[in-house]
Amino acid sequence: MSEHDSTHAGDGGSIPFMQKLLDSPFILLFIGVAMPTVIYIIWGVMEIVSIPVAP
Amino acid sequence: MAIFPPTKRVWWNEPVEKSEVLWIFIALIWALVMFFMMPYWHINGSQNLSNEAYRIRPEVFAKRTEEMAAKYKVGEEGDTGVPVVRPPAGSDVYMLGRLWEWWPVLELEKGQSYRLHLSSMDWMHGFSLQPENINLEIHPGYDMVLTVTPTSSGEFSVVCNEFCGIGHHTMVGKIHVVDK
Amino acid sequence: MAQFRTCPDTGFAIDLAADKLIKWNAVTAVVFLLVGGLFGILVALTRWPAVHLLDADLFYLALTAHGLDVLLVWIIFFEMALLYFTSSILLKTRLAAPWLGWVQYTLMLVGALITNVAVLQGESSVMFTSYVPMMAAPHFYLGVILFAVGALMGCVVFFSTLYIAKRDKTYEGSIPLVTFGAMTAAIIAVFTILAGAVILIPTFFWSLGFIGNIDTLMYRVIWWGLGHSSQQINVAAQIACWYAIAAILFGAKPLSEKVSRTAFLFYILFLQLASAHHILVDPGISSEWKIFNTSYALYLAVLGSMLHGLTVPGAVEAALRKKGYNRGLFEWLRKAPWGNPVFAGFALSVVLFGFLGGITGVMMGTEQLNIIIHNTLYVPGHFHGTVVVGTTLAFMAMAYWLVPVLWQKELVFPGLAKWQPYLFGLGMGLASIFMMGAGTLGVPRRHWDISFADAMMVHEFPAAAYMMMGLAGISGVIGGIGGGIFILNMVSTILFGKAKVPAPAAEEAPAAPIGGAATEYGSASTLEVPGTFVLALVFLTAFVLYYFVNWKYLASVWGMS
Repeated sequence: MSEHDSTHAGDGGSIPFMQKLLDSPFILLFIGVAMPTVIYIIWGVMEIVSIPVAP
Repeated sequence: MAIFPPTKRVWWNEPVEKSEVLWIFIALIWALVMFFMMPYWHINGSQNLSNEAYRIRPEVFAKRTEEMAAKYKVGEEGDTGVPVVRPPAGSDVYMLGRLWEWWPVLELEKGQSYRLHLSSMDWMHGFSLQPENINLEIHPGYDMVLTVTPTSSGEFSVVCNEFCGIGHHTMVGKIHVVDK
Repeated sequence: MAQFRTCPDTGFAIDLAADKLIKWNAVTAVVFLLVGGLFGILVALTRWPAVHLLDADLFYLALTAHGLDVLLVWIIFFEMALLYFTSSILLKTRLAAPWLGWVQYTLMLVGALITNVAVLQGESSVMFTSYVPMMAAPHFYLGVILFAVGALMGCVVFFSTLYIAKRDKTYEGSIPLVTFGAMTAAIIAVFTILAGAVILIPTFFWSLGFIGNIDTLMYRVIWWGLGHSSQQINVAAQIACWYAIAAILFGAKPLSEKVSRTAFLFYILFLQLASAHHILVDPGISSEWKIFNTSYALYLAVLGSMLHGLTVPGAVEAALRKKGYNRGLFEWLRKAPWGNPVFAGFALSVVLFGFLGGITGVMMGTEQLNIIIHNTLYVPGHFHGTVVVGTTLAFMAMAYWLVPVLWQKELVFPGLAKWQPYLFGLGMGLASIFMMGAGTLGVPRRHWDISFADAMMVHEFPAAAYMMMGLAGISGVIGGIGGGIFILNMVSTILFGKAKVPAPAAEEAPAAPIGGAATEYGSASTLEVPGTFVLALVFLTAFVLYYFVNWKYLASVWGMS
């Protein structure tokens, strides 16, 4: 691949944290499932079970 | 090209072009404006749901509705046999949804506030007040309470807009709003 | 062992197992688009007041089948094809566990057939949402569950393929942006399917009589984790298609890998929270939950969409400017290949999704504004703006490229293909607008007769509402014909298309092979994209105006607290 020039200026050095994160499908899969499960489903179910019985 | 891996090994540190940075900034501001509109309306707006609700058995809700209807009945709606009920301003007012009617017909006073209780006796129903276009989701087993203040008088319809079976399209109720 | 063939158009090495799975999934998708589309036309012809074609029971049956077949079956089958394409082919690797891919295909097909049979038997006209306690036949739920398990297997194959490609070093550095977008879709799909399992499996047992009662509020909250997130899979997949088409047609490079991938990251984190859009007028759930979820956590997922909205056309503008279309703000746009169905479908999908689907979605997902549109015809108006003129049109554009390339056949009706995206896009776009208009006037969704002929009490909708319903019906039929032409073209091409003559020179192929036409510009040297920026500002202006107009409308209705 001719355009893949790893000696290009600025290409050296270590990979930044955010790029490493975006390159990790399984970590993204975990947080992509955990976030809505906690914020939407678990919080939502807690809201429902805390609805009081009519006086 | 987006169908090939990025050309640079470390792409995260590449600078972002000016117009893109500007757009990110504008879009972020707009996102925050939209977010804060919701709490703002809770403080300064007049159309908010209270989210007050109770678990209630359908027969208990029906009993409360019937008691109210018996106490404040002022007539019947045309030849339908459905009672027209005029409860006092500020009181607890009940309307139930069941296959396929809204019961009873309510008569309210313009400019007065009522604690409106809504619940279903059987399946899910959609309370759609027309032509105001106020729409609420009505569940069986839950008593939804909100304080309503009619700001216009006339005849209003309650159309069901949650699919509830073969008679869904015949499910219409009425609320009359009268001037004092 | 895996066998490969070399694609004469693109130079890609194509794993034969992946090739076969992509083809079968894509063809099955198109067949279900036909079935679901026909039901859709019946629905449109019934809600068109002057025609009022079907009886009530058949109408509700057709509406249930329409929702399931297009919203779920067509889209998810096509997405499976995309997952295999973006993993195996773009990463130049063999597909991990093709047998599991066939498990995916079989389960999804069997599930889709079982559910369709249940609906056609007439005892399961419960709509796509199947809210309890209205009960469908047990095999209705069983079919949906099998379908979902199949889709989950497809996601497993996708992630395993990512894993083996990385292990075998079939690519250097990071995965392509298009694959990253598809991965976003797959992540959302996993959450979607898990939420669906949590609620539909108990519902299945309830329909068999093993469970006495399902709480309606619990059902709605968890079911929408499935129902809405499944549409967020589409958003991510469709944007991956946008980037792919820009790259294929113009050799366009993302303006910035960092910005585009971060925008997808916002989707991974927050997009699924929008399931709360459906729960805004339900009893007993706090405004804190509603506001945080409905806004996708401070609208960060909307920010992601607005970034894609700039970077996708921006990438096209940059690529075309690089090719010399540099005069003024919009020469690049005027000289774009509007007669190429791949481009036309793509461009209409970007614009119509943004204006019709995006803006209205954010409006109706605002906690208080939802009160004035919930369950009216505005809602289907909105999602025909997202899933039809957005996702379906993007997938059609993708198919115009993918089908001739994979089957190595010429399109049978190139002349029809030229017009098809416009016919479908404008027909369905107008249907979407008229439905939203009717919804604003209070017309309910999923309703057989807004004249209430058999009802004890009657509500009279304004004449304008009837006009809107008529226009929505006409537009829907026009759009349906546009969809039919697409299916005709695809099926004829696959069955009777002439074998493609290999392009004489690689440069002339639309997707030039690696290195050929790929333009070399990184973020630092990126050309400015003034034209796209102006278009983005037009979009923002429309967005702001429409948003506040609806607040004004809300302020005029009865007080509620």
